[in-house]
Amino acid sequence: MSSLLHQGRASYAFFERNWNLTKRYWAWEIVWVVYNIVNAMAVTYIGAAAGLITKSKVDTDYLIMYLLIGTAVWSYLSVTFEGVTDMITIERWEGTIEHTFMAPISRFTHLIGSCWYAVAHGLLFTIIQLIVVGLFFHLDLSHANYLTAIFMLLAGSISFIGFGIGAAVLPLLFTERGSQMSYIVRAVLLLVSGVYYPIEVLPPWMQPLAKISPATYVLEGLRAGILRGQVIWSAEIWSYTWPLIVTGIISIPLSVYIFRIAERYAKRTGRLKRNG
Amino acid sequence: MAIHNIESMQLIENIVLDASKDAVVIDGVSKIFKKSQPLVRLPWKEYKEVKREVHAVDNVTMTVKRREIMGILGANGSGKSTLIRMLSTLLIPDTGHLSIFGYDVVKDEAMVQKLINRVSVEASFFKKLSPMENLIYAARLYNMRGSEARAKIRSILSRLGIPEDRVGQPLENMSRGMQQKVAIARAFLTAPIVLLLDEPTTGLDPRSKIDVQAFVEELREVHDATILITTHDMDEAEALCDRVAIIDKGRIMAIGTVEELKLAVTERMERTTPVTMNEVFMHYTVAHQITDAEIERYGSWEKAFEALEAQKEDEQE
Repeated sequence: MSSLLHQGRASYAFFERNWNLTKRYWAWEIVWVVYNIVNAMAVTYIGAAAGLITKSKVDTDYLIMYLLIGTAVWSYLSVTFEGVTDMITIERWEGTIEHTFMAPISRFTHLIGSCWYAVAHGLLFTIIQLIVVGLFFHLDLSHANYLTAIFMLLAGSISFIGFGIGAAVLPLLFTERGSQMSYIVRAVLLLVSGVYYPIEVLPPWMQPLAKISPATYVLEGLRAGILRGQVIWSAEIWSYTWPLIVTGIISIPLSVYIFRIAERYAKRTGRLKRNG
Repeated sequence: MAIHNIESMQLIENIVLDASKDAVVIDGVSKIFKKSQPLVRLPWKEYKEVKREVHAVDNVTMTVKRREIMGILGANGSGKSTLIRMLSTLLIPDTGHLSIFGYDVVKDEAMVQKLINRVSVEASFFKKLSPMENLIYAARLYNMRGSEARAKIRSILSRLGIPEDRVGQPLENMSRGMQQKVAIARAFLTAPIVLLLDEPTTGLDPRSKIDVQAFVEELREVHDATILITTHDMDEAEALCDRVAIIDKGRIMAIGTVEELKLAVTERMERTTPVTMNEVFMHYTVAHQITDAEIERYGSWEKAFEALEAQKEDEQE
């Protein structure tokens, strides 16, 4: 019980620390929100202009919504993924990594403690982005089921955390460019998952990768909830939810295990030190 | 026999320590760092050949008794910090064993982490956060309640001379000396049973040094703490340490009380008056490497020493 309380306190310590950092870096947060919104608008306007570009009749409202969902998942995955990989990058940058790694807490607590703030942060960013971008288009959202949308993002978070912890191994091992390397993991996940297109348009050899990417199921679930108003307990939403649960159950322990191996390697080679 | 009178109870309440055992045992420990080579060598480019292996710690054996303050003296790059990092569970030794009150630093890592804390030479913090925010974060990792931690943080920072109005301000606006005091406060906050201090007073003014030294002694007296301190400051070593070990190129060159080492060097140098601690340090580290020709070349013994130190640092880069 005492140990559980300790791990709970430690987990909250990461949440509180990250919240304090967010408050101190508020200007950077604004820049990041604006950047995401502008990015999302640039993509969404492609949908608005589809008729003009192709000189044919296109259901632009549907296309705008389709792309808007893609931008939301892109932002959500970016913010949560960055939150997870940054737990190593920022600590290495500030030089606090050794203090965190010698603290009497389990690595699971350390990693999960950092992740739940990333999820809350990502959810807030995505909702703000959806509201602001939505204001630029006169979209018919009367059929949208927002509860399903939030549920799908949260269900997807379990797997995203798993993949994020796996990607956090890169900044742990590669002291200078590891963080940038983790962008590749995120970008590949989105590419194979059909972020702005159905996966059927991908080359056949790439399509099986979509089946194991959690982002595929998050995107499909969001489209079902927002475009077709599917409720959480519907069979269609369940068909997207269970693969996310399975991926999460496998990816989190597996990633924590890989992280532990990487940590041992870093401790053998002296890579925990700030300057390598 | 269990050690009593330890206040960091929440963290170690279920741990029984055998006080008859040495607090720290370092047994035949070595650590070699291998430098990476470029993956691809361009034929038209010249590459400086560097030594691929650095013996940071070379077969070190020593023990520290419970409640002892042990000083480790050595020049830059002599292996002091590597030794402290290994005891802190941050580095795994290549050979040998390290233990804290019988708990192996590698095998019983989680247990050892509950018993120790460390102050590093560079004050490592989230610089945008305030001392209070940084220390609350550290306190929660060590299982302290928020309210208890806040009161303790204010008390320790006040004793270390950090003004009340700076406690909530970002650390980036503080001087290096002040930041180092906050780093020291972070380690004291958890009242560790074994405290590892890696050049804790480097960069502090003389008054602050005395404050920190008094705090270290108090930690030993009140909390039964065992302290391992690395330093360049011979006065500090003399004032604070029960015993000192002198380390050079990763090897322990001498170990004993200040008086024992002074006596040994005085006799070896066939001097009639006792040598100073500076002379003891020089004798066991670099003195034997400085020749008359080098003294003539650089103008004085001190300048030759500085040149030798700079050369050693270049070799390690």
